[in-house]
Amino acid sequence: MLEFAVKGSKRYWGLVLALAAIAGVGVLTWLYQLSFGLGITGMSRDVSWGFYIAQFTFLVGVAAGGVMVVLPYYLHDYKAFGRITILGEFLAIAAVVMCLLFILVDLGQPMRMLNVLFYPTPNSVLFWDMIVLNGYLFLNVVIGWNVLQAERHGTHYPMWVKPLIYVSIPWAVSIHTVTAYLYCGLPGRHFWLTAILAPRFLASAFAAGPALLILLCMVIRKFTKFDPGWEQIQSLAKIVTYAIILNVFFFLCEVFVAFYSNIPYHMDSITYLFAGLHGYDAYVPWMWTSIIMMVLGIILLVPPVTRRNPMTLAAACLLVFFGAWIDKGMGMIAGGFTPNPLHEISEYIPTAPEVMIALGVWAAGFLVLTVLFKIAVSIKEEVRA
Amino acid sequence: MKSSRRRFLKLAGIAALGLGSRPVVDAAYAAVGGQAAPEPKVGRQPEALTAKQWAMVIDTRRFESAADMEPLIEACHSIHNVPHFENKRHEIKWIWETEYKHAFPGKENDFLPWEVKERPYLVLCNHCENPPCVRACPTKATFKNENGIVVMDFHRCIGCRFCMAACPFGSRSFNFRDPRPFVAETNKKFPTRMKGVVEKCNFCAERLAEGKMPACVEASDGALVFGDLYDPQSKVRQVLNDNYTIRRKQELGTSPAVYYIV
Amino acid sequence: MPTNNKRMYDKGMVLAGLVIFVVVVTFPFWYNLGKAAPPPEPVLTEKAKAAEKCVESTEFMKAEHMQLLDVWRDTVVRDAKRAYINPEGKTYMMSLSNTCLDCHDNKADFCDKCHNYASVRPYCWDCHIDNPKETE
Repeated sequence: MLEFAVKGSKRYWGLVLALAAIAGVGVLTWLYQLSFGLGITGMSRDVSWGFYIAQFTFLVGVAAGGVMVVLPYYLHDYKAFGRITILGEFLAIAAVVMCLLFILVDLGQPMRMLNVLFYPTPNSVLFWDMIVLNGYLFLNVVIGWNVLQAERHGTHYPMWVKPLIYVSIPWAVSIHTVTAYLYCGLPGRHFWLTAILAPRFLASAFAAGPALLILLCMVIRKFTKFDPGWEQIQSLAKIVTYAIILNVFFFLCEVFVAFYSNIPYHMDSITYLFAGLHGYDAYVPWMWTSIIMMVLGIILLVPPVTRRNPMTLAAACLLVFFGAWIDKGMGMIAGGFTPNPLHEISEYIPTAPEVMIALGVWAAGFLVLTVLFKIAVSIKEEVRA
Repeated sequence: MKSSRRRFLKLAGIAALGLGSRPVVDAAYAAVGGQAAPEPKVGRQPEALTAKQWAMVIDTRRFESAADMEPLIEACHSIHNVPHFENKRHEIKWIWETEYKHAFPGKENDFLPWEVKERPYLVLCNHCENPPCVRACPTKATFKNENGIVVMDFHRCIGCRFCMAACPFGSRSFNFRDPRPFVAETNKKFPTRMKGVVEKCNFCAERLAEGKMPACVEASDGALVFGDLYDPQSKVRQVLNDNYTIRRKQELGTSPAVYYIV
Repeated sequence: MPTNNKRMYDKGMVLAGLVIFVVVVTFPFWYNLGKAAPPPEPVLTEKAKAAEKCVESTEFMKAEHMQLLDVWRDTVVRDAKRAYINPEGKTYMMSLSNTCLDCHDNKADFCDKCHNYASVRPYCWDCHIDNPKETE
């Protein structure tokens, strides 16, 4: 099947080369970071995780979001999704690849990465995160590949794949739950210290992941001979609708608890993000943009007339995706570190090289996605021809 | 002879990973039926000080201004080769002075006695009895040693900084770049660090091993008291008996081993 | 379906490519054939000569010093034990900078020479400060 990855139109190769070029610049910038140290980033001893870990967190969500096409098809026998499960699985692979790369570029001593295996430490959530992320990658590679190959040959996939598919469904939930546990189990980080963090992460994941998938399906519809299907897109749109409403609802629950209880610790980070604290307010416009985007997304998604219109649906998906991205990929991490444990404020602003490395990782992930989707779409086209 | 030594070293390596050295070594020799050659041993220096849980009491009444603390901070940072960065983002500190509201957030009353509110407070790693940083570390690079000190193994740290997120006291610093050029005068007896690892106060484990008190305690002229929390005869316990003390964020359950007389 | 064809296309090109590949990969071996540099002899300081014996025998130290140092660092850092008693009963403080480099204060001639020859770059010195006499 790999041969489809090297046979493509000029447009395909153009995209591949463009993404490879951005990824290449990212690698060069990372080499600079390796030689200088993480000091080229905007992180500090107060905000010790930044843009990289935030992207990682957001992308774990995108990866977990893939399960929203797998679950209805395999557990509820919703036949329509059979056509696009492979897209969900391949999107999950690309997202997990980006997650692992973001962890890699965030490490101070990446050459010692294997110490996590040499000295396994079950009391560390990071240890479990390593297991669930790599496990999820493995599951999706094995399942995706076998199911696609079977489709190509017009046969049923091997029976041993079935249990893996069933395992992959709770596993998708686990990757984002464990990722939330990285944060919500830390004493003294009150912004994260909330039982609703994992549910909130999952809600935003099941909104952002399928929203991206809808956009990708639309692109495939437009540029290839394979049609993922309008019914499929509409079903995904309903999933996005409920998930983004839940996400906003969970956020409002947080706001209520913090401000009605009036406990300073619980209010501080939210105040910092949405109104600024002690004169530091770099995140305020971003956070309000995020809220407005998510609310506009809901307004466009709930009424059937706008949900069924391809233009407004695409706009809604963009709003949801970027709204969730700002919420998680920017505010969630920096907000949790501000103010610091001594109640001082160091404002975190990512630096240019830091953003370049992050862009490089995104490009690498989309390169993987492009190649995988090319293979999947070519086979779909071949089978339907 | 040569091979048995080699085996010893391998086993000692395993033992150092926490399996306990004697049984492993004995079992291995019994297994090969070998005549045990004279073996090297490791142990403590006879003058080493040990404790179940080292603890510190800081008499904050003895510090009126930041200048009073300067010698303590200087003593610590100079013997441990702590670098000095102009760039605040790269800052590294093991022990430093701060205000009441920063040392004890949530405990600030509006109408505290003036001297309590204005006096500087010394903060450092609390060497918690139940440290969240140790729980978080994915490689056991930070761990609680047999004397209750929360130690950093700089050789093993991968620089993930999970411990920094986990510490509720902001006691940890990260080497955002090579620190060596920023150490004004290196103490040859203590290593510097390399870029990409986390560091923090080690309660002067290297000095305790030689029978010396921590550098800040030695420089404090009695304002800092150091001893075994679980030895009823220790000086720390006497001071805790005679004075009302508070600890930083003790409501979080980490059980800090640094106490403050206010 | 791609067909499994037993024919090899562009045989000449493939074989030529293989030959070039093998030549390039093995280049360092035959280029340097018979030109191996003699192994360097580490230089002992007066103090090291006077001590006659290191913490362990010379052969042992030559072959196993890295393992010894690895055990030392784990024992010191993780087990809070800093004394090393060798088979003869002599006690040493386990410290690279303070014990090893106290005698061998000629790092360039004692350590680096062999390490460079063997093309190993231990990063001990990123943190452990070599003896001041040598840096002058």
